[in-house]
Amino acid sequence: MPQLFHRSANTLARASILGVVLLLTGVAAALFQLQRSPYVTRQHEVLDQPIPFSHKHHVSGLGLDCRYCHTSVEESSFAGIPPTKTCMNCHAEMWTSAPLLDPLRASFRTGQSIHWNRVHDLPDYVYFNHSIHIAKGVGCYSCHGPVDQMPLMYEENSLQMEWCLNCHREPEKFLRPKEEVFNMTYHQPTPAHPVEWDGKQYYSQVLLGDDLKQQYHVRTVADITSCSTCHR
Amino acid sequence: MSNHTDSNPVLISADEIKPASPELETVRKKLASATGKRYWRTVQELADEPAFGELLQREFPRGAGEWLDPVSRRNFLKLAGASMALAGLAGCTRQPIEQILPYVRQPEYLVPGKPIFFATAMPFSDYALPLLVETHEYRPTKVEGNPQHGASMGATDLFAQASILDLYDPDRSVNITYKGEPRPWGEFLGSIRGRVLYHNANKGAGLRFLTRATASPTFGSQMAAIQQTFPQSKWHRWQPVHRDGARAGSKMAFGAYYDPIYKFDAADVVVSLDGDFLSGSWFPGFVRYARDFMSRRKDPDKGMNRLYVAETCPTTTGAKADHKIPVRNSELEHIARALAAKVGVAGAGGGQINADQQKWVDAAAADLMQHKGKSIVVPGVFHTPALCALAHAMNAALGNAGQTVTYIDPVEIAPVEHLQSIRELVDDINAGKVETLIIIDGNPVYDVPVDLGFGDALKKVVTSENGMIVQLAIYNNETSEYATWHVPMAHYLESWGDTRSFDGAVTLMQPMIAPLYGGKSANEIIAIFTDQPDSSGYDMLRAYWRSQHTGDDFEAWWRRSLHDGYIANSVFPAKQVTARLGAVPPPPAVDPNAIEIIFRPDPTIFDGAYNNNGWLQETPKPLSRGTWDNVAYISPNMANEFGFFVLETDGIATSDSQKNVNADHQSDSQNVIEITLDGRKVKVPAWPQPGHPDQAVSLFLGYGRKKTGTVGAGAGYDAYSVRPMTSQYVGSGSIQLTKDHWDIAITQGHFTMDTREPVKAASLQQYLDNKQFAHNPEEEPKEADSLYPDFRQKGWYKANAWGMAIDLNSCVGCQACSVACYAENNISVVGKYQVQRGREMMWIRIDTYYAGDPANPSVYFQPLPCMQCENAPCEGVCPVGATVHSTEGLNDMVYNRCVGTRYCSNNCPYKVRRFNFLLFADYTTPVLKLMRNPDVTVRSRGVMEKCTYCIQRITAARINAEEQNRYTEGRIDIRDGEIKTACQQACPADAIIFGDINDPNSRVAQLKAQPRNYSVLSEVNTRPRTTYLAAVNNPNPELEKA
Repeated sequence: MPQLFHRSANTLARASILGVVLLLTGVAAALFQLQRSPYVTRQHEVLDQPIPFSHKHHVSGLGLDCRYCHTSVEESSFAGIPPTKTCMNCHAEMWTSAPLLDPLRASFRTGQSIHWNRVHDLPDYVYFNHSIHIAKGVGCYSCHGPVDQMPLMYEENSLQMEWCLNCHREPEKFLRPKEEVFNMTYHQPTPAHPVEWDGKQYYSQVLLGDDLKQQYHVRTVADITSCSTCHR
Repeated sequence: MSNHTDSNPVLISADEIKPASPELETVRKKLASATGKRYWRTVQELADEPAFGELLQREFPRGAGEWLDPVSRRNFLKLAGASMALAGLAGCTRQPIEQILPYVRQPEYLVPGKPIFFATAMPFSDYALPLLVETHEYRPTKVEGNPQHGASMGATDLFAQASILDLYDPDRSVNITYKGEPRPWGEFLGSIRGRVLYHNANKGAGLRFLTRATASPTFGSQMAAIQQTFPQSKWHRWQPVHRDGARAGSKMAFGAYYDPIYKFDAADVVVSLDGDFLSGSWFPGFVRYARDFMSRRKDPDKGMNRLYVAETCPTTTGAKADHKIPVRNSELEHIARALAAKVGVAGAGGGQINADQQKWVDAAAADLMQHKGKSIVVPGVFHTPALCALAHAMNAALGNAGQTVTYIDPVEIAPVEHLQSIRELVDDINAGKVETLIIIDGNPVYDVPVDLGFGDALKKVVTSENGMIVQLAIYNNETSEYATWHVPMAHYLESWGDTRSFDGAVTLMQPMIAPLYGGKSANEIIAIFTDQPDSSGYDMLRAYWRSQHTGDDFEAWWRRSLHDGYIANSVFPAKQVTARLGAVPPPPAVDPNAIEIIFRPDPTIFDGAYNNNGWLQETPKPLSRGTWDNVAYISPNMANEFGFFVLETDGIATSDSQKNVNADHQSDSQNVIEITLDGRKVKVPAWPQPGHPDQAVSLFLGYGRKKTGTVGAGAGYDAYSVRPMTSQYVGSGSIQLTKDHWDIAITQGHFTMDTREPVKAASLQQYLDNKQFAHNPEEEPKEADSLYPDFRQKGWYKANAWGMAIDLNSCVGCQACSVACYAENNISVVGKYQVQRGREMMWIRIDTYYAGDPANPSVYFQPLPCMQCENAPCEGVCPVGATVHSTEGLNDMVYNRCVGTRYCSNNCPYKVRRFNFLLFADYTTPVLKLMRNPDVTVRSRGVMEKCTYCIQRITAARINAEEQNRYTEGRIDIRDGEIKTACQQACPADAIIFGDINDPNSRVAQLKAQPRNYSVLSEVNTRPRTTYLAAVNNPNPELEKA
């Protein structure tokens, strides 16, 4: 009986085993990457909002402090979205006929809330607390990015757990003096641009971070990576 | 299917598991031959039935882990396959975009994300419990006691804890109806105003009001005003769990109504004549009394008080007694007389009592005589006037009056004897004198004595030419179908109002939320009949108190009072009264053969008012541990005579396992007996309750509702259907065994631990002789004898290390902690069917242990939350790291990681882990979303859950302390007592203490340093953070000798 398959079929068969393994690995890797991709995390994605509010205009243009609107950021888990009344403090006087602000005036008139789309949305089983991060010297910038340069709000970081852990595992790389927390133009110390804190000049973030960790009683890495820090 | 077992090392075939029928004699023999103390939970366990061995080995009770619903395995696999495919797809989709809705004008003091606490009070019976209510963005989510108020001291009872669920109950009445048809408020108002004009003309003839007892001064003043406008109108009162006997007893002793106030912290000896002051709020002042009484049992080195109890139906008060005798109701008054004669009450006359009772009386009397002015005789509130009068006379003769017992004016406004009041109403109706009947709250058609025929009477009013019945009620209940107008009532958390705590202090009620279902308060309905028909609840309240507090400082005083929740210095002053025992009617004759039928409020459902509350339905009754049904207690002896000594059959297959899957798991089948009283019959499941007197049966009120919500529908039997006027709390009837069976859901055998001595107990003398009695050094392994990782070496536990100490001496088994845990931790209710399969989700269970003869055993309560082991068996076996150790020593439970292997619960020797076998959490009912604690995840199907010492409270307190920059010696300085777990905060007896064991000055560290401190199952070396203080009781040495 003649051979049905050419001898090379043996090699092909062996190669195909490897091929299947590679394919499965590839699919798995792709799924993992998909799961981390901006498609899933909505990183850098600008969401439609009822009013195209510009942080860039209000923060770097007008110089408003973060806390003028996000009032509870220093005392509560929730930073707070300003009530319509806060906007009307100024907009009762200015841009009073701008069609862009129609929803704002409608809200004030009818007593119905403005329905903002949530940009920074953690899963419901994550219990993030703004106030403690502020108290420990984590700048707004560290998580929210250059908000002062955002004409429309988007998520700068993925907000996935591995991203949180980057900092919880090495907080000294990110901490800044408390007085710089709301400063959007703060830069970490470098040999060229030292940072002065507590009467000392710092030329490196690690040295500054270590001192801040001490001074601000940042709990140990084991403490702040315990599951119950964020999940309960 | 039932043959399939889950990881069960000791398998026995279903044939071996027979219904337990240990003869009482075998049990007694076993008890007699046992060396040392022997604790038991069920008589089945006593008899060492094979089934009990199986129960021990199991992770969950039989059936919990099995697929029981009538769906074939093939179907199940199909469904599982489909759902997996869907789950795969769902994993690839993105999170939907959520919205944020900020306020338009944010309230001034509101910080989003931070709770605000408001003071208010919960009316219960004729008095109130002062509360602080936690609100999140003005949604009430949790109730706590008001720590500044003496009637609460920060603690609550289970009814207050569960009232949050009542508030949001989707079954509440939502519509104003006229003869069943929804109508607007305006139309109702018009109709009633027409009535008011009509009655204005006839001076109120035919106008009647029926309310529950109330202590509201504002409501009282409104009723007084109505009396002025309508002099011929009448105000009737009815509540089924009334204290008419105590009222009449007060009149007998003092010539007027007074409420006794006890000072248990000042009493060395307490004799309770069925006065169950440690059981529940139907005894006014329970919350405060539990705290006071237990304050004298916390430290045996400083001496202890002593409690004698004679009881007609086993209660938790009896469970805490040093000397308890179960007596029949008719014997109790004889005992009281014998005791009274011994302590020098003239005219008491001796009672006829038996030798055992004589011994008890002699000892109690001698003790009382030795502690004149420092003792208390507590009469039951459900007994004859003579018994109460005798108790008052004894307290007077012993010099206790004015010392440990004081008397105040009743807190009830215009107090009446309720039976008399309701009877007058029915007589008037039958005589055709009633045209307009306003029923505020309550459910008289269901709970008025059956021989009054209240439903028929109401029909007479409605069908008469000019008749109208207006009902204000929270639910559409049995009474609603007779009402011309039904108006939804506002919950107490939705209304303005005032009331008094048991000591007379005025407590103010303020609404936490606008009425969810458009309800109206009692004040607002009554106002229609006054000259201010349109004023709001707030206006009325303020106007009344403006008239009472006339000073210039009113505004400040008012704000202060609202803020505090009570009016300062408003406790009723003690009255100087002397008990004079006049002619006491002769005691009832004791017929040894008659069967006494006892009626008592249900321990968790009360009189039926909480019938639709899932938390309370699922809370086990403190002694029987039954849920979702009421049973009838009989004595083990009687059960033996009936020939069904099936004390506890949990986990037992009653039929061939092949026959029917469901039948195989009908584990709690009880014999049904028929009760006959005055010719009326009711069929009830008989429950042999250790410690119940013979020739008596105890029925519990509040079940068998014909019209209630979806939760309470179909549960239990209706004890009101046989409760006539003459037998309000006891009657003489007969019982007959039927061939029927009744499936009940008893949790007593669930989660049994494999240990000889879960509770440790000793007498005071034994304790003084050997303070280390709770320890056995030979059995206790050393810390080093462990293969578990030593977290200390990693530098953990250094900052704060949380621990808990639970004082078995103090725990009264009231279940307030369990219900508080439901509210705080968003625990799901699973329903009767699931409880029968051992799937209840309660995180902190209270185990009841008995020791000694089933006829009169000692009882011990042991609250059991997660032990937070340092060597935690659950952690090592989790394949996905969903339960891990925290640096503060807790066993964290990460719900979002859990994949539901259940290895952890399989490996937990304490059986404290609970698994969501099905989707128990209600994700769909919108109103329930408002109720959840936003700080705790709502767990889904397939997820394990358990107690984590209220980690959300720990985190909140830690963040608070850090933001205030509080640090000492490298630790975050969280003040002792700053964190209270939900169970600890609710506990009236202060039995649960939580804190930082690294701080040597913390209460918990000091308690753990006591010799009484021991760990449950210490022999397995789990090093639990939750430890127990062994029970020490204080028996009378004289009685002990005998």
